[in-house]
Amino acid sequence: MYDIKALYEAESVQDAVRLLQEHPEAQILAGGSDVLVQIREGRRAGKEFVSIYMLDELRGVTIDEEENIRIGSLTSFSHITKDPIIQKYINVLGEAVDMVGGPQIRAIGTIGGNTCNGVTSADSASTLMAWDAIMEMTGPNGVRRVPIKDFYIKAKVVNIEPAEIQTAILIPKESYDKCFGHYIKYSMRNALDIATTGCSVNVRLSEDKKSFERVRIGYGVASPIPVRAPSAEAFINGKKITDKNIKKFAETVLEDINPRDSWRAGKALRQHISVVMAERALRECVEMAGGEI
Amino acid sequence: MAKQYKVVHCTVNGKEIEQVVDVRESLTDMLRNDLHLTSVKKGCEVGECGACTVIINGEGFNSCIYLAVWAEGKEIWTLEGLTGPGGELSDIQQAFVDEGAIQCGFCTPGFIMTSWEIVNSGKEYTDDELRKALSGHLCRCTGYENIFRAVKKTMLRHLGKFEEAELVNSQGITEYPDPMPFK
Repeated sequence: MYDIKALYEAESVQDAVRLLQEHPEAQILAGGSDVLVQIREGRRAGKEFVSIYMLDELRGVTIDEEENIRIGSLTSFSHITKDPIIQKYINVLGEAVDMVGGPQIRAIGTIGGNTCNGVTSADSASTLMAWDAIMEMTGPNGVRRVPIKDFYIKAKVVNIEPAEIQTAILIPKESYDKCFGHYIKYSMRNALDIATTGCSVNVRLSEDKKSFERVRIGYGVASPIPVRAPSAEAFINGKKITDKNIKKFAETVLEDINPRDSWRAGKALRQHISVVMAERALRECVEMAGGEI
Repeated sequence: MAKQYKVVHCTVNGKEIEQVVDVRESLTDMLRNDLHLTSVKKGCEVGECGACTVIINGEGFNSCIYLAVWAEGKEIWTLEGLTGPGGELSDIQQAFVDEGAIQCGFCTPGFIMTSWEIVNSGKEYTDDELRKALSGHLCRCTGYENIFRAVKKTMLRHLGKFEEAELVNSQGITEYPDPMPFK
Protein backbone atom coordinates (compact mmCIF):
# COMPACT_ATOMS: atom_id res chain seq x y z
CA MET A 1 0.00 0.00 0.00
CA TYR A 2 1.30 3.44 -0.91
CA ASP A 3 0.87 6.51 1.25
CA ILE A 4 -1.25 8.39 -1.28
CA LYS A 5 -3.77 11.03 -0.25
CA ALA A 6 -5.81 10.79 -3.43
CA LEU A 7 -5.34 9.32 -6.90
CA TYR A 8 -6.97 10.92 -9.92
CA GLU A 9 -6.85 8.81 -13.05
CA ALA A 10 -6.76 10.73 -16.31
CA GLU A 11 -8.74 9.28 -19.22
CA SER A 12 -7.32 11.58 -21.90
CA VAL A 13 -4.74 14.35 -22.22
CA GLN A 14 -7.48 16.98 -21.86
CA ASP A 15 -8.78 15.15 -18.80
CA ALA A 16 -5.28 15.17 -17.29
CA VAL A 17 -5.01 18.94 -17.82
CA ARG A 18 -8.45 19.43 -16.24
CA LEU A 19 -7.54 17.26 -13.24
CA LEU A 20 -4.31 19.21 -12.74
CA GLN A 21 -6.26 22.49 -12.84
CA GLU A 22 -8.82 21.16 -10.37
CA HIS A 23 -6.15 19.83 -8.04
CA PRO A 24 -3.23 22.27 -8.20
CA GLU A 25 -1.39 20.42 -5.43
CA ALA A 26 -1.44 17.12 -7.33
CA GLN A 27 1.73 15.71 -8.86
CA ILE A 28 1.94 13.88 -12.19
CA LEU A 29 2.46 10.12 -12.06
CA ALA A 30 3.63 8.48 -15.31
CA GLY A 31 5.52 5.15 -15.07
CA GLY A 32 6.27 5.71 -11.40
CA SER A 33 9.77 4.23 -11.26
CA ASP A 34 10.91 7.45 -9.56
CA VAL A 35 7.66 8.80 -8.11
CA LEU A 36 6.37 5.58 -6.49
CA VAL A 37 9.82 4.93 -5.03
CA GLN A 38 9.88 8.46 -3.59
CA ILE A 39 6.48 7.83 -2.00
CA ARG A 40 7.99 4.79 -0.28
CA GLU A 41 10.98 6.88 0.81
CA GLY A 42 8.57 9.39 2.34
CA ARG A 43 9.70 12.27 0.12
CA ARG A 44 6.36 12.35 -1.70
CA ALA A 45 4.25 10.55 0.89
CA GLY A 46 0.70 11.72 1.61
CA LYS A 47 0.38 13.71 -1.62
CA GLU A 48 -2.27 13.80 -4.34
CA PHE A 49 -1.41 12.33 -7.74
CA VAL A 50 -2.79 12.52 -11.26
CA SER A 51 -2.00 9.22 -12.98
CA ILE A 52 -1.46 9.52 -16.74
CA TYR A 53 -0.04 6.00 -17.12
CA MET A 54 -3.15 4.60 -18.83
CA LEU A 55 -3.09 7.16 -21.68
CA ASP A 56 -2.10 4.88 -24.56
CA GLU A 57 -2.44 7.84 -26.96
CA LEU A 58 0.91 9.03 -25.55
CA ARG A 59 2.71 5.80 -26.50
CA GLY A 60 4.58 4.88 -29.64
CA VAL A 61 7.04 6.31 -32.16
CA THR A 62 5.90 7.76 -35.50
CA ILE A 63 7.13 10.04 -38.27
CA ASP A 64 4.78 13.04 -38.42
CA GLU A 65 3.74 15.08 -41.49
CA GLU A 66 6.76 17.42 -41.07
CA GLU A 67 9.03 14.33 -41.07
CA ASN A 68 9.89 14.79 -37.41
CA ILE A 69 10.41 11.63 -35.37
CA ARG A 70 7.64 11.86 -32.79
CA ILE A 71 8.13 9.88 -29.57
CA GLY A 72 5.06 9.77 -27.34
CA SER A 73 6.08 10.79 -23.84
CA LEU A 74 4.82 7.59 -22.22
CA THR A 75 6.77 5.31 -24.55
CA SER A 76 8.77 2.98 -22.31
CA PHE A 77 12.53 2.57 -22.65
CA SER A 78 12.15 -1.05 -23.76
CA HIS A 79 9.73 -0.06 -26.53
CA ILE A 80 12.02 2.75 -27.72
CA THR A 81 14.92 0.31 -28.03
CA LYS A 82 12.79 -2.16 -30.01
CA ASP A 83 11.17 0.44 -32.27
CA PRO A 84 12.04 0.16 -36.00
CA ILE A 85 11.94 3.96 -36.59
CA ILE A 86 14.35 4.55 -33.70
CA GLN A 87 16.61 1.75 -34.94
CA LYS A 88 16.70 3.18 -38.43
CA TYR A 89 17.19 6.89 -37.73
CA ILE A 90 18.45 7.39 -34.17
CA ASN A 91 19.62 4.02 -32.92
CA VAL A 92 21.85 5.69 -30.33
CA LEU A 93 18.76 6.73 -28.37
CA GLY A 94 17.59 3.12 -28.23
CA GLU A 95 21.06 2.08 -27.06
CA ALA A 96 21.22 4.83 -24.44
CA VAL A 97 17.86 4.02 -22.85
CA ASP A 98 18.78 0.33 -22.90
CA MET A 99 21.36 1.20 -20.20
CA VAL A 100 18.80 2.52 -17.71
CA GLY A 101 18.31 0.39 -14.58
CA GLY A 102 17.46 -3.23 -15.34
CA PRO A 103 14.99 -4.86 -17.76
CA GLN A 104 11.93 -4.44 -15.52
CA ILE A 105 12.72 -0.75 -14.95
CA ARG A 106 13.05 -0.26 -18.71
CA ALA A 107 9.61 -1.83 -19.14
CA ILE A 108 7.93 0.73 -16.86
CA GLY A 109 10.17 3.80 -17.18
CA THR A 110 9.03 6.40 -19.71
CA ILE A 111 11.09 8.85 -21.72
CA GLY A 112 8.76 11.65 -20.62
CA GLY A 113 9.38 10.88 -16.97
CA ASN A 114 13.11 10.55 -17.60
CA THR A 115 13.26 14.12 -18.93
CA CYS A 116 10.55 15.78 -16.78
CA ASN A 117 12.20 14.84 -13.49
CA GLY A 118 15.01 17.13 -14.61
CA VAL A 119 17.99 15.08 -13.46
CA THR A 120 21.28 15.41 -15.26
CA SER A 121 22.10 11.70 -15.01
CA ALA A 122 19.11 10.57 -17.11
CA ASP A 123 20.46 8.25 -19.80
CA SER A 124 18.15 9.68 -22.47
CA ALA A 125 18.99 13.31 -21.73
CA SER A 126 22.48 13.65 -23.20
CA THR A 127 21.38 12.04 -26.46
CA LEU A 128 18.25 14.20 -26.71
CA MET A 129 20.45 17.28 -26.06
CA ALA A 130 22.91 16.18 -28.72
CA TRP A 131 20.10 15.69 -31.28
CA ASP A 132 18.38 19.04 -30.55
CA ALA A 133 15.14 17.42 -29.45
CA ILE A 134 11.98 19.51 -29.15
CA MET A 135 9.72 18.98 -26.17
CA GLU A 136 5.97 19.24 -26.69
CA MET A 137 3.80 20.26 -23.76
CA THR A 138 0.01 20.32 -23.63
CA GLY A 139 -1.77 22.50 -21.10
CA PRO A 140 -4.78 24.74 -20.54
CA ASN A 141 -3.60 27.07 -23.32
CA GLY A 142 -3.05 24.31 -25.85
CA VAL A 143 0.14 22.84 -27.24
CA ARG A 144 3.55 24.51 -27.12
CA ARG A 145 6.96 23.36 -28.24
CA VAL A 146 10.24 24.16 -26.56
CA PRO A 147 13.79 23.31 -27.72
CA ILE A 148 15.43 21.01 -25.19
CA LYS A 149 18.10 23.61 -24.35
CA ASP A 150 15.31 25.81 -22.97
CA PHE A 151 13.53 22.87 -21.31
CA TYR A 152 16.13 22.19 -18.64
CA ILE A 153 16.26 25.23 -16.32
CA LYS A 154 18.27 24.02 -13.33
CA ALA A 155 18.71 20.77 -11.40
CA LYS A 156 15.29 19.11 -11.05
CA VAL A 157 13.48 22.12 -12.57
CA VAL A 158 12.15 21.98 -16.12
CA ASN A 159 10.09 24.30 -18.28
CA ILE A 160 6.62 22.95 -17.52
CA GLU A 161 3.85 25.37 -16.55
CA PRO A 162 1.16 24.52 -13.99
CA ALA A 163 -1.42 22.01 -15.32
CA GLU A 164 0.79 21.15 -18.29
CA ILE A 165 2.02 17.70 -19.19
CA GLN A 166 4.73 16.75 -21.63
CA THR A 167 3.04 14.90 -24.50
CA ALA A 168 5.83 14.17 -26.99
CA ILE A 169 9.51 14.52 -27.81
CA LEU A 170 10.29 15.41 -31.42
CA ILE A 171 13.50 15.00 -33.40
CA PRO A 172 13.41 17.24 -36.52
CA LYS A 173 14.53 15.79 -39.85
CA GLU A 174 17.32 18.33 -40.16
CA SER A 175 18.62 16.90 -36.90
CA TYR A 176 18.57 13.17 -37.67
CA ASP A 177 19.19 13.15 -41.43
CA LYS A 178 22.50 11.40 -42.32
CA CYS A 179 23.62 11.45 -38.69
CA PHE A 180 25.32 8.66 -36.77
CA GLY A 181 25.54 8.67 -33.01
CA HIS A 182 27.15 6.81 -30.14
CA TYR A 183 26.50 6.94 -26.38
CA ILE A 184 28.90 5.93 -23.63
CA LYS A 185 27.72 5.48 -20.06
CA TYR A 186 30.40 5.32 -17.40
CA SER A 187 29.11 3.72 -14.21
CA MET A 188 30.37 1.46 -11.44
CA ARG A 189 28.06 -1.48 -12.24
CA ASN A 190 26.90 -2.88 -15.56
CA ALA A 191 23.24 -2.86 -14.51
CA LEU A 192 20.98 -1.06 -12.05
CA ASP A 193 23.33 1.88 -11.73
CA ILE A 194 23.22 5.61 -12.38
CA ALA A 195 25.75 7.14 -14.75
CA THR A 196 28.87 8.63 -13.18
CA THR A 197 28.99 10.57 -16.42
CA GLY A 198 27.34 9.92 -19.79
CA CYS A 199 28.41 11.23 -23.19
CA SER A 200 26.50 11.18 -26.46
CA VAL A 201 28.12 12.20 -29.75
CA ASN A 202 26.74 12.29 -33.28
CA VAL A 203 28.28 13.27 -36.59
CA ARG A 204 27.34 14.12 -40.13
CA LEU A 205 30.33 13.83 -42.46
CA SER A 206 30.95 15.74 -45.67
CA GLU A 207 30.03 14.11 -49.02
CA ASP A 208 33.57 12.79 -49.54
CA LYS A 209 33.66 11.56 -45.93
CA LYS A 210 36.95 13.36 -45.36
CA SER A 211 35.77 16.06 -42.97
CA PHE A 212 33.25 16.76 -40.26
CA GLU A 213 30.19 18.63 -41.52
CA ARG A 214 28.55 18.75 -38.10
CA VAL A 215 29.45 17.22 -34.74
CA ARG A 216 27.24 17.52 -31.68
CA ILE A 217 28.10 16.35 -28.20
CA GLY A 218 25.88 16.15 -25.12
CA TYR A 219 26.77 15.25 -21.53
CA GLY A 220 24.91 13.99 -18.52
CA VAL A 221 26.40 14.61 -15.04
CA ALA A 222 28.95 17.09 -16.39
CA SER A 223 26.87 20.01 -15.08
CA PRO A 224 23.73 20.37 -12.93
CA ILE A 225 21.66 19.88 -16.10
CA PRO A 226 22.43 18.00 -19.33
CA VAL A 227 24.66 20.20 -21.52
CA ARG A 228 26.32 20.50 -24.90
CA ALA A 229 29.97 21.37 -25.43
CA PRO A 230 29.73 24.36 -27.82
CA SER A 231 33.46 25.25 -27.90
CA ALA A 232 34.40 21.70 -28.80
CA GLU A 233 31.71 21.59 -31.49
CA ALA A 234 32.84 24.95 -32.91
CA PHE A 235 36.41 23.68 -33.07
CA ILE A 236 35.68 20.46 -34.95
CA ASN A 237 32.96 21.53 -37.39
CA GLY A 238 34.36 21.74 -40.92
CA LYS A 239 37.71 20.24 -39.90
CA LYS A 240 39.37 17.26 -41.58
CA ILE A 241 38.99 13.86 -39.94
CA THR A 242 42.38 13.44 -38.35
CA ASP A 243 43.66 11.89 -35.16
CA LYS A 244 44.93 15.27 -34.01
CA ASN A 245 41.61 17.04 -34.55
CA ILE A 246 39.69 14.34 -32.67
CA LYS A 247 42.07 14.60 -29.71
CA LYS A 248 41.90 18.40 -29.70
CA PHE A 249 38.09 18.21 -29.84
CA ALA A 250 38.04 15.93 -26.80
CA GLU A 251 40.36 18.22 -24.80
CA THR A 252 38.29 21.28 -25.69
CA VAL A 253 35.20 19.89 -23.93
CA LEU A 254 36.80 20.93 -20.63
CA GLU A 255 36.14 24.56 -21.58
CA ASP A 256 32.42 23.81 -21.64
CA ILE A 257 31.59 21.37 -18.89
CA ASN A 258 31.47 21.88 -15.17
CA PRO A 259 31.25 18.57 -13.31
CA ARG A 260 31.13 18.50 -9.53
CA ASP A 261 32.48 16.42 -6.69
CA SER A 262 29.83 14.07 -5.38
CA TRP A 263 29.77 10.84 -3.43
CA ARG A 264 29.62 8.98 -6.75
CA ALA A 265 32.82 10.45 -8.18
CA GLY A 266 35.19 13.38 -7.88
CA LYS A 267 35.38 16.33 -10.26
CA ALA A 268 38.83 15.33 -11.51
CA LEU A 269 37.65 11.82 -12.43
CA ARG A 270 34.59 13.19 -14.20
CA GLN A 271 36.73 15.65 -16.18
CA HIS A 272 39.12 12.89 -17.13
CA ILE A 273 36.47 10.44 -18.30
CA SER A 274 34.59 13.21 -20.10
CA VAL A 275 37.60 13.76 -22.35
CA VAL A 276 38.18 10.06 -22.90
CA MET A 277 34.50 9.44 -23.67
CA ALA A 278 34.37 12.33 -26.15
CA GLU A 279 37.30 10.91 -28.08
CA ARG A 280 36.06 7.31 -28.05
CA ALA A 281 32.50 8.22 -28.95
CA LEU A 282 33.60 10.46 -31.83
CA ARG A 283 35.88 7.75 -33.23
CA GLU A 284 33.01 5.28 -33.07
CA CYS A 285 30.71 7.73 -34.87
CA VAL A 286 33.24 8.31 -37.66
CA GLU A 287 33.47 4.57 -38.20
CA MET A 288 29.69 4.19 -38.25
CA ALA A 289 29.40 7.02 -40.77
CA GLY A 290 31.86 5.30 -43.06
CA GLY A 291 34.76 7.72 -42.53
CA GLU A 292 38.42 6.90 -42.02
CA ILE A 293 40.75 8.35 -39.45
CA MET B 1 -10.10 12.11 2.40
CA ALA B 2 -12.57 9.24 1.94
CA LYS B 3 -11.11 5.88 1.01
CA GLN B 4 -10.99 5.32 -2.70
CA TYR B 5 -11.82 1.94 -4.22
CA LYS B 6 -11.98 0.79 -7.81
CA VAL B 7 -13.01 -2.35 -9.68
CA VAL B 8 -10.19 -3.74 -11.83
CA HIS B 9 -10.83 -6.15 -14.70
CA CYS B 10 -7.90 -8.18 -15.99
CA THR B 11 -6.71 -11.67 -16.88
CA VAL B 12 -4.50 -13.39 -14.34
CA ASN B 13 -2.88 -16.71 -15.27
CA GLY B 14 -5.40 -17.16 -18.09
CA LYS B 15 -8.45 -16.47 -15.94
CA GLU B 16 -10.58 -13.35 -16.27
CA ILE B 17 -11.04 -11.65 -12.94
CA GLU B 18 -12.87 -8.68 -11.48
CA GLN B 19 -11.37 -7.35 -8.29
CA VAL B 20 -12.15 -4.45 -6.00
CA VAL B 21 -8.92 -2.74 -4.99
CA ASP B 22 -7.93 0.19 -2.83
CA VAL B 23 -6.36 2.70 -5.26
CA ARG B 24 -3.28 2.88 -3.00
CA GLU B 25 -2.51 -0.81 -3.56
CA SER B 26 0.47 -1.93 -5.59
CA LEU B 27 0.00 -4.80 -8.01
CA THR B 28 2.01 -6.92 -5.55
CA ASP B 29 -0.59 -6.13 -2.88
CA MET B 30 -3.44 -7.12 -5.19
CA LEU B 31 -1.85 -10.37 -6.35
CA ARG B 32 -0.77 -11.47 -2.86
CA ASN B 33 -3.52 -10.19 -0.60
CA ASP B 34 -6.59 -10.22 -2.81
CA LEU B 35 -5.80 -13.12 -5.15
CA HIS B 36 -3.56 -15.13 -2.76
CA LEU B 37 -0.83 -15.57 -5.39
CA THR B 38 1.99 -15.65 -2.88
CA SER B 39 4.70 -16.58 -5.36
CA VAL B 40 4.88 -12.81 -5.93
CA LYS B 41 7.41 -11.87 -3.25
CA LYS B 42 7.70 -8.62 -1.37
CA GLY B 43 11.42 -7.90 -1.36
CA CYS B 44 12.76 -4.37 -1.58
CA GLU B 45 9.43 -2.83 -2.71
CA VAL B 46 11.31 -0.16 -4.68
CA GLY B 47 12.02 -1.99 -7.94
CA GLU B 48 15.57 -3.09 -7.25
CA CYS B 49 15.53 -6.78 -6.31
CA GLY B 50 13.12 -8.26 -8.88
CA ALA B 51 11.48 -10.72 -6.42
CA CYS B 52 8.01 -9.41 -7.30
CA THR B 53 8.45 -9.74 -11.08
CA VAL B 54 5.35 -10.73 -13.04
CA ILE B 55 4.69 -10.78 -16.78
CA ILE B 56 2.30 -8.08 -17.98
CA ASN B 57 1.28 -8.21 -21.65
CA GLY B 58 4.34 -10.32 -22.44
CA GLU B 59 6.92 -8.19 -20.64
CA GLY B 60 8.46 -8.52 -17.15
CA PHE B 61 7.58 -5.77 -14.65
CA ASN B 62 8.33 -5.20 -10.98
CA SER B 63 4.81 -5.47 -9.54
CA CYS B 64 5.89 -3.56 -6.41
CA ILE B 65 6.20 -0.30 -8.34
CA TYR B 66 3.05 -0.78 -10.40
CA LEU B 67 -0.32 0.45 -9.19
CA ALA B 68 -3.03 -2.22 -8.97
CA VAL B 69 -5.42 0.06 -10.88
CA TRP B 70 -3.02 0.01 -13.85
CA ALA B 71 -3.79 -3.73 -14.25
CA GLU B 72 -7.10 -2.79 -15.89
CA GLY B 73 -7.38 -4.68 -19.20
CA LYS B 74 -3.96 -6.33 -18.86
CA GLU B 75 -2.91 -9.97 -19.20
CA ILE B 76 -0.84 -10.97 -16.18
CA TRP B 77 1.11 -14.14 -15.45
CA THR B 78 2.63 -15.23 -12.14
CA LEU B 79 4.56 -18.37 -11.24
CA GLU B 80 1.31 -20.14 -10.26
CA GLY B 81 0.24 -19.97 -13.90
CA LEU B 82 3.25 -21.97 -15.12
CA THR B 83 2.46 -25.30 -13.46
CA GLY B 84 0.28 -27.97 -15.06
CA PRO B 85 -3.26 -28.88 -13.88
CA GLY B 86 -1.92 -31.45 -11.42
CA GLY B 87 0.80 -29.13 -10.14
CA GLU B 88 3.42 -30.49 -12.57
CA LEU B 89 6.46 -28.24 -12.92
CA SER B 90 7.11 -26.49 -16.21
CA ASP B 91 10.46 -27.13 -17.89
CA ILE B 92 12.01 -23.88 -16.70
CA GLN B 93 11.00 -24.63 -13.10
CA GLN B 94 12.38 -28.18 -13.40
CA ALA B 95 15.65 -26.77 -14.79
CA PHE B 96 16.04 -24.57 -11.69
CA VAL B 97 15.64 -27.73 -9.57
CA ASP B 98 17.99 -29.81 -11.70
CA GLU B 99 20.74 -27.19 -11.81
CA GLY B 100 20.56 -26.36 -8.10
CA ALA B 101 19.57 -22.81 -8.98
CA ILE B 102 17.67 -22.42 -5.71
CA GLN B 103 18.82 -22.06 -2.14
CA CYS B 104 16.53 -19.97 0.04
CA GLY B 105 14.11 -19.61 -2.87
CA PHE B 106 13.04 -16.03 -2.27
CA CYS B 107 14.30 -14.70 -5.60
CA THR B 108 13.21 -17.81 -7.51
CA PRO B 109 9.64 -16.94 -8.59
CA GLY B 110 10.77 -13.58 -10.00
CA PHE B 111 13.79 -15.10 -11.71
CA ILE B 112 11.62 -17.82 -13.25
CA MET B 113 9.12 -15.31 -14.65
CA THR B 114 11.90 -13.37 -16.41
CA SER B 115 13.41 -16.67 -17.57
CA TRP B 116 10.01 -17.78 -18.88
CA GLU B 117 9.83 -14.59 -20.97
CA ILE B 118 13.35 -15.31 -22.29
CA VAL B 119 12.83 -18.98 -23.18
CA ASN B 120 9.48 -18.31 -24.87
CA SER B 121 10.82 -15.41 -26.95
CA GLY B 122 12.05 -17.77 -29.67
CA LYS B 123 15.33 -15.84 -29.69
CA GLU B 124 18.78 -17.28 -29.04
CA TYR B 125 20.46 -14.94 -26.57
CA THR B 126 24.24 -14.72 -26.39
CA ASP B 127 25.74 -15.26 -22.93
CA ASP B 128 26.14 -11.49 -22.50
CA GLU B 129 22.57 -10.82 -23.59
CA LEU B 130 21.30 -13.47 -21.15
CA ARG B 131 23.21 -11.89 -18.27
CA LYS B 132 21.79 -8.50 -19.19
CA ALA B 133 18.25 -9.90 -19.44
CA LEU B 134 18.61 -11.43 -15.95
CA SER B 135 20.30 -8.39 -14.42
CA GLY B 136 17.12 -7.03 -12.85
CA HIS B 137 17.13 -9.74 -10.18
CA LEU B 138 19.20 -10.05 -7.05
CA CYS B 139 20.07 -13.46 -5.56
CA ARG B 140 22.13 -13.47 -2.37
CA CYS B 141 22.60 -17.28 -2.18
CA THR B 142 23.60 -18.96 -5.41
CA GLY B 143 26.10 -16.61 -7.01
CA TYR B 144 24.00 -16.68 -10.20
CA GLU B 145 26.01 -19.36 -12.07
CA ASN B 146 23.42 -22.10 -11.51
CA ILE B 147 20.57 -19.79 -12.43
CA PHE B 148 22.35 -18.72 -15.59
CA ARG B 149 22.92 -22.37 -16.53
CA ALA B 150 19.29 -23.33 -15.92
CA VAL B 151 18.06 -20.52 -18.16
CA LYS B 152 20.62 -21.11 -20.89
CA LYS B 153 19.93 -24.84 -21.08
CA THR B 154 16.16 -24.35 -21.16
CA MET B 155 16.49 -21.66 -23.83
CA LEU B 156 18.56 -24.03 -26.01
CA ARG B 157 16.03 -26.85 -25.52
CA HIS B 158 13.19 -24.54 -26.53
CA LEU B 159 15.11 -23.83 -29.73
CA GLY B 160 15.41 -27.58 -30.39
CA LYS B 161 19.16 -27.55 -29.59
CA PHE B 162 19.10 -30.50 -27.16
CA GLU B 163 22.68 -31.64 -27.83
CA GLU B 164 24.06 -28.13 -27.33
CA ALA B 165 22.18 -27.84 -24.02
CA GLU B 166 24.16 -30.84 -22.76
CA LEU B 167 27.44 -29.10 -23.67
CA VAL B 168 26.85 -26.20 -21.24
CA ASN B 169 29.50 -26.64 -18.54
CA SER B 170 29.29 -25.76 -14.85
CA GLN B 171 30.36 -22.17 -15.57
CA GLY B 172 27.53 -21.83 -18.09
CA ILE B 173 29.88 -21.83 -21.09
CA THR B 174 29.06 -24.03 -24.08
CA GLU B 175 32.02 -26.40 -24.58
CA TYR B 176 32.07 -27.58 -28.15
CA PRO B 177 34.08 -30.77 -28.73
CA ASP B 178 36.78 -30.65 -31.39
CA PRO B 179 35.98 -31.10 -34.22
CA MET B 180 32.51 -29.65 -33.84
CA PRO B 181 30.00 -32.34 -34.81
CA PHE B 182 27.08 -30.02 -35.51
CA LYS B 183 25.89 -26.40 -35.62
